[in-house]
Amino acid sequence: MAIDRDLKAAIAATRFGLGARAGEIDAARADPQGWLIAQIRAEGADQPQPGAPTAAQRFAEFRDYAQERREAKAEGGVQKGDRTDPVKMAARLLRDDAGADFLARVQLAARTDADFRERWALFWCNHFTVSATKLVTATLVGPFEQEAIRPHVFGRFEDLLVASSTHPAMLTYLDQAQSIGPDSLAAGRMARGGKTGGLNENLAREIMELHTVGVDAGYGQADVTEFARAMTGYSVGGPRQDSDQIGRFIFRAAAHQPGARTIMGRRYGQDGEAQALAVMRDLAASPHTAHHIAVKLATHFVADDPPPALVERLRRSYLDTQGDLAALARTLVAAPEAWDPQARKFKTPYEFMVSAWRAADTVPQDLKGVAPILNGMGQKAFSAPSPKGWPEEAAVWCAPDAIIKRMAWSEGFAAGAIAGRDPSQLARDALGARLTPLVAQAVARAETRPEGLAILLMSPEFQRR
Amino acid sequence: MSVPKPPADPRVLNRRDALRGALGLGIAVEFLGGRAFADSEGVQAGKKLVVIICRGGMDGLSVSPPVGDPNYQALRGPIAIAGFGQPGGALPLDHTFGLHPALASVHALALKGQARIAPAVATPDRARSHFEAQDVLESGGTVVYGTSSGWLNRALQAMGPAGRVQAISIGATAPLLLRGKIETASWAPGGAPERDHRLPGILQDLYAHDPLLSQALASGLSTESMARIAAADANQLLMADAPAPAMAAATARPAGDAAMMAASTAQTQPAAAALARFNPRQNADQARKLGATLAGLMIQPDGKQIAGVSFDGFDTHANQGAAQGQLASRLVYLDAFLDGLVTGLGPAWKDTVVVAATEFGRTAHVNGTGGADHGTASTALVLGGGLKRGGIVGDWPTLEPASLFESRDTAPTLDMRGLFKGVLSEHLGVERRALDTLVFPDSAAVAPAAGLVA
Repeated sequence: MAIDRDLKAAIAATRFGLGARAGEIDAARADPQGWLIAQIRAEGADQPQPGAPTAAQRFAEFRDYAQERREAKAEGGVQKGDRTDPVKMAARLLRDDAGADFLARVQLAARTDADFRERWALFWCNHFTVSATKLVTATLVGPFEQEAIRPHVFGRFEDLLVASSTHPAMLTYLDQAQSIGPDSLAAGRMARGGKTGGLNENLAREIMELHTVGVDAGYGQADVTEFARAMTGYSVGGPRQDSDQIGRFIFRAAAHQPGARTIMGRRYGQDGEAQALAVMRDLAASPHTAHHIAVKLATHFVADDPPPALVERLRRSYLDTQGDLAALARTLVAAPEAWDPQARKFKTPYEFMVSAWRAADTVPQDLKGVAPILNGMGQKAFSAPSPKGWPEEAAVWCAPDAIIKRMAWSEGFAAGAIAGRDPSQLARDALGARLTPLVAQAVARAETRPEGLAILLMSPEFQRR
Repeated sequence: MSVPKPPADPRVLNRRDALRGALGLGIAVEFLGGRAFADSEGVQAGKKLVVIICRGGMDGLSVSPPVGDPNYQALRGPIAIAGFGQPGGALPLDHTFGLHPALASVHALALKGQARIAPAVATPDRARSHFEAQDVLESGGTVVYGTSSGWLNRALQAMGPAGRVQAISIGATAPLLLRGKIETASWAPGGAPERDHRLPGILQDLYAHDPLLSQALASGLSTESMARIAAADANQLLMADAPAPAMAAATARPAGDAAMMAASTAQTQPAAAALARFNPRQNADQARKLGATLAGLMIQPDGKQIAGVSFDGFDTHANQGAAQGQLASRLVYLDAFLDGLVTGLGPAWKDTVVVAATEFGRTAHVNGTGGADHGTASTALVLGGGLKRGGIVGDWPTLEPASLFESRDTAPTLDMRGLFKGVLSEHLGVERRALDTLVFPDSAAVAPAAGLVA
């Protein structure tokens, strides 16, 4: 089916990108696929906050706070309002640190000209979810994305996997940092000291199930346990380490379970840190991983029920290039199935709000205009409900209450953002050839300019991509 | 775009605040059911069902600790609940089982024969994956992706002609349990459009050929008006209940959006259990009000007969705690919610059954980090004003080493579908044939649990 270049340009900006800003569809028109390919670059995605505090700095800050709090408690209780008051501290950490990180990410999405690159990065941030569901990880999500994900999104999947699995945020979020081999030196020391410590299989399981081979790959509980043993020692530097190790990945040799491991039929005789690295390399190279990633990408970019031909194309690309993510992105852009004129993806709340800011050519200036609304629509900032990340399905996001919230927000947003502009022009800029006569007419017939913009934002074409 | 201000009288948490707080705690409530069913004749008229999904793998061995099982204390070590009569000990049900000390309201019901436990129940899924197991629990299938609709939605189909029974959910996203042919509404606090706006009408026209959006919008709009009535009712109930200045302190909330985000995030999180303990009353009060509000929505003349609620935060891999701690704070919340629900239902409690279930239990052994990893069988709670008295539901496999499933988990003795089937059959009169095929496909071999409802 031949798709004309106008429609292709509109699809490039709205489906592959984050929604068209004024002039974007025009810019893509000469060569829509080339416009997307040009956004792929070896150095990875853009950084929302270059020079922002690192995970190590945030980690150290949190440890300091916990230490002070213990001391304050020992000295006779936490005073309300002082630095060790946990509610005040939580509020400060979340507002000043996590809040600033989230706002910066949203601002980048709202103004970037390379919005395919940003969507690609957000896909991998969600694939390797670290959620702010623990206070200590809340301030690490932003640094995690900047340090572990964004630099690697056009590199090799294996490197991305290792970067994620050795980052202090992931090690903390999925309880790896405290996992200790039952027969390790550390376990022995702890037992003699009357303490207990042991294996925690959380990260090992999720690497297999969610990050690499997927739940259908044929592994069993024994494989998970063995991988968890191989990973023992992968940890985060604490107060007892040298100051340059605090809050950074360290390998605690004393916590590592000694001996060879067997995982999914392969034997790993390596010593120490190299053992889990070897497992991760094999997991990354597995055909199951190729299939799992292919399905997820096709589902994210094209349809909740993705075309099998697209999945197969992506799977083959992954295997042929040993998981080269830049090649995978080019395969996606080149795939005819990805350019189906019918928009089948219903935008998540984050995608919807970002595309609305882009359509109105505005950038949100503070967290108040962002976080509570997203929370109300079911997508709380940095807080995916589980390690699986945010769901993709339209049925999840197009719930009645969520639509009422989108409508209410669109009305309020349009009133402030329209600034005397012609909503019909904004509609042409935002949807290009995807704008239907029905929507164009409804926008043109609006009673007020804000009403016209709200109609555009709530139109079926704008709600989907 | 503004966030609702705190209520003028801080003793009165309005429903919007209560629900907003509840949603911040990771809770969503969904309603099903409708007038057609209420008007229908037969045994099920007026009967109500609440299904609570406890997400994350709720640890049955702490919810209903088998403190009389000789292997229990040794297996559980620091996370074991102490025996009957000891400080922080289990609340006795029989010689073997007690309830977690945080479940005081449930225990009070149990003493009246209005609460029972199924201590070794499991779905057919054995993969120990949250996502697979929750899918199977909610879809009612035998394997993940076996079906894309929820068993509770299909149960409605079995109870009447399609389209006669309406469905509604509270919470911003729709859970699998309720997805399916029967249209589901949903409602959550905040963001309602003002009346007499043109936009809803214009959008209804625009959505004429878009079933997904048109149904969602129509349903969302109609729910708003019902919610207003329920909010007023809940407020009255709570005003009558509001006791003391202590409560005023507990319900005062920080001003400002960022602070609100911070406070609710902090309270949501297991790792921030310190914060939850910092003001446990506030959590419990919110839960009680959520329960009372749900009750209010169910006993209105147009009230819903069937509701689904989900609570999360039960994935206690580390620092689970025993009588106090992470899991205890989730159970305090669950207990307060149930207390509010029972109180709010009043006389309708005698016609109500509540089932609280989870996707899987946790390992019998405590793990190396003061928690327990993904396991197999767990406890389901069955409550109701009209429950039949009896012991545990299903058999107890014991914690003998040889009895543990794969040498690590409580072995399942009761199929989760059998438990749900028993409730749907005895309480709501759903026929066996529909249960075996439509509601729980290919499950003829799974018998409904018998003797649950008097």
